[in-house]
Amino acid sequence: MNESAVFWSRMLTELTLTFHIIYATIGVGVPLMIMIAQWVGMKKNDEHYILLARRITRGFVITVAVGVVTGTAIGLQLSLLWPNFMQLAGQVIALPLFMETFAFFFEAIFLGIYLYTWDRFDNQKKHMLLLVPVAIGASMSAVFITIVNSFMNTPQGFEVVNGQLVNIQPLVAMFNPSMPTKVAHVLASAYMTSAFLLASIAAYRLLKGSNHLYYKKSLFLMMKMGLIFSIATAVIGDFSGKFLAEYQPEKLAAAEWHFETEEAAPLVLMGFIDKDQNIKFAVNIPYLLSILAYGNPVAEVKGLNDFPEDEVPPLYIHYLFNIMVLIGMLMMLVSVLYVAGVWRGWKFIHCTWFRWIAVLGGPLSIIAIEAGWWLAEVGRQPWILRGYMKTAKGATISDHVDIMFLLFCILYLVLGIGSVVVLRRMYRLNPIEREIEDRMAEIGGDGR
Amino acid sequence: MSLEVLGIVVLWIFLFGYVIVASIDFGAGFFNAYSLLTGKSHILSNIIQRYLSPVWEVTNVFLVFFFVGIVGFFPKTAFYYGTVLLVPVSIAIILLAVRGSYYAFESYGSRGHKGYAFAYGVSGLLIPSSLSVVLTISEGGFVEIVDGEPILDYWALFTSTLTWSIVLLSIASVLYISSVFLTWYAWKAQDVNASELMRKYALTWAGPLMFMAAAIIIQMHEHNPDRFRNMISVWPLFGNSAILFLMTVWLIWKKRGLGLSVGLLILQFLFAFFAYGISHYPYLLYPYLTIYEGFTNQEMAIALVIAFIAGLCLLIPSLYLLFRLFVFNKDYVTGRQNDFHA
Repeated sequence: MNESAVFWSRMLTELTLTFHIIYATIGVGVPLMIMIAQWVGMKKNDEHYILLARRITRGFVITVAVGVVTGTAIGLQLSLLWPNFMQLAGQVIALPLFMETFAFFFEAIFLGIYLYTWDRFDNQKKHMLLLVPVAIGASMSAVFITIVNSFMNTPQGFEVVNGQLVNIQPLVAMFNPSMPTKVAHVLASAYMTSAFLLASIAAYRLLKGSNHLYYKKSLFLMMKMGLIFSIATAVIGDFSGKFLAEYQPEKLAAAEWHFETEEAAPLVLMGFIDKDQNIKFAVNIPYLLSILAYGNPVAEVKGLNDFPEDEVPPLYIHYLFNIMVLIGMLMMLVSVLYVAGVWRGWKFIHCTWFRWIAVLGGPLSIIAIEAGWWLAEVGRQPWILRGYMKTAKGATISDHVDIMFLLFCILYLVLGIGSVVVLRRMYRLNPIEREIEDRMAEIGGDGR
Repeated sequence: MSLEVLGIVVLWIFLFGYVIVASIDFGAGFFNAYSLLTGKSHILSNIIQRYLSPVWEVTNVFLVFFFVGIVGFFPKTAFYYGTVLLVPVSIAIILLAVRGSYYAFESYGSRGHKGYAFAYGVSGLLIPSSLSVVLTISEGGFVEIVDGEPILDYWALFTSTLTWSIVLLSIASVLYISSVFLTWYAWKAQDVNASELMRKYALTWAGPLMFMAAAIIIQMHEHNPDRFRNMISVWPLFGNSAILFLMTVWLIWKKRGLGLSVGLLILQFLFAFFAYGISHYPYLLYPYLTIYEGFTNQEMAIALVIAFIAGLCLLIPSLYLLFRLFVFNKDYVTGRQNDFHA
């Protein structure tokens, strides 16, 4: 074993995935929002929503490009950095990996068609129909790749006899116990993040002096979407907790700093922990962990002390759990207030401070996504394939992984800055006011 | 046909698809940059953009499909190739990333940035070089097994004339394939100047292409006599390829049947590509890994084949639609249909 290669392989994988999921989440969620905007525009016969769909798409192309290239990177890095793991996984889980590329292929084709046929058909319905495969392809690729990840958490569908894998059942491996909650949570949170991200753009424009109806419609639509999907995310998150209690109790216990196995377990919120496992400044909510784990306030929850010491994940995942949950709750509250405020005519939702919170919503949601993935991934340490293969066993033995890490750092820095600069310039140079004017000149309607 | 052979044939077809579409793409990027340098960009840029924009993303998928597929059908390749290829493939990924994203930044964000165009053009030639190293390694002689783990001998690899011949062949093929395709595409767009310029490039690169191909076959005799014998045994396929090549060049020279010349070009490479692949049989990595040792288990193989067929049922109509709307749509190609909006 090459200790430094193991360490740097972990670092490089974390780096690539951390960068990739920003663009991947946008890639999964935004097509649905584009489709919904196009659909609303078609139903209401409102040019603003059609323009919204197109403007989002233009920016989306940039994020897709970065998503595609970093996705290619992680796809190859899986084999380059974890050759032993991939050799094993290739025998059991190649099917969803393979299907993911089909979904991606499908999406790529129709996105290309949609982009280059914007005004080719008079009927908006045809443009709408082109967006359906884009949204389906985007979501399906998330489904398949998340299945691969859920297999790593709860492997099944094979047997090990004398170190050989036998009796392999690809479908059983795909439909493993963590698959339903994981897939649902990933999809819902991607839709939620994308909605809040688009909402924050509209809120930002409103803050910066534009008072255009377009942004008001856009903000309201995205807040509605954000509300629906943040509720969905929270509900599925609760199921995930119950799943963990049953199948990966060590992950749940580490995330909650739950050491002693006990009945009527309290939930530890926030706080800090020192080396001797003394918890400070934490809020204890009685019974809540038992409710979260089993839906029963007096149920027994297994504690960390009952696990072998070398199979306990790092305790810092508790902070990640808190970040994820608190942001999720905050955003649900913000969107409830906004949507109810529009219906009821509350004034404060148009105040500067509230709009600033809406602007922060996008970046915060992305932080929650990152925290959630780190929690899920670090929470299954030390396993790469829980119960079967430790992470160190799966890694490459080649040297030079550290140099590759450095190269990829530079690459992601360049891509990150490049994409932000290009996106900003793209919208600056073509503000909505001008686009509407151009559009009306083109089709000869009124500007509204 | 056994499942092993079926698997490798499917993957080989996809790799072939990638070689063709990526060559057009890489070459186009290079010619675009070159035309900027020689002040001829007004002739070429338009036609190149028009072709590349709707398909750049699709091109990349062919590659992803191949490497995901090979790990699925032949999981042991992940172990052997994954371990030895860390450096060359990482470099290829970085180049692909720069290229793919900057293409999008350039064409959708800020048009006409020269720096992007050059980075794009140069990386297009470096990517085939870094990827063709995989082919060189597969020929054997550069990997040693130490304590059950494969180790790549970089020194032997970089000092081998075979390595550099394969690199040069890949570059020549990229430029030749791309220029033949663009000659036809520009002609279809009724852009006489662009077509004429691309025709010149096509004829320029035809010679080096054949020279490098012949040089590699001769070097195989030195490097790996077994492989050389296998290559000779499939000479009719290579012969066919050579005849098709001559026909293509003749058509381009005479400026006749340019559409046909693209078809012949694809057939020429298909023959050569499969002749090369067949002569490699049964090895994935000479002499350590054959397609029989490296094959996945039966259940997974059947599942993959079913998924593959289902996927094709989805893909072929979609690809057909894409091509009908753009590559074979006269109004789009000539720019009469002005829906270039993004």
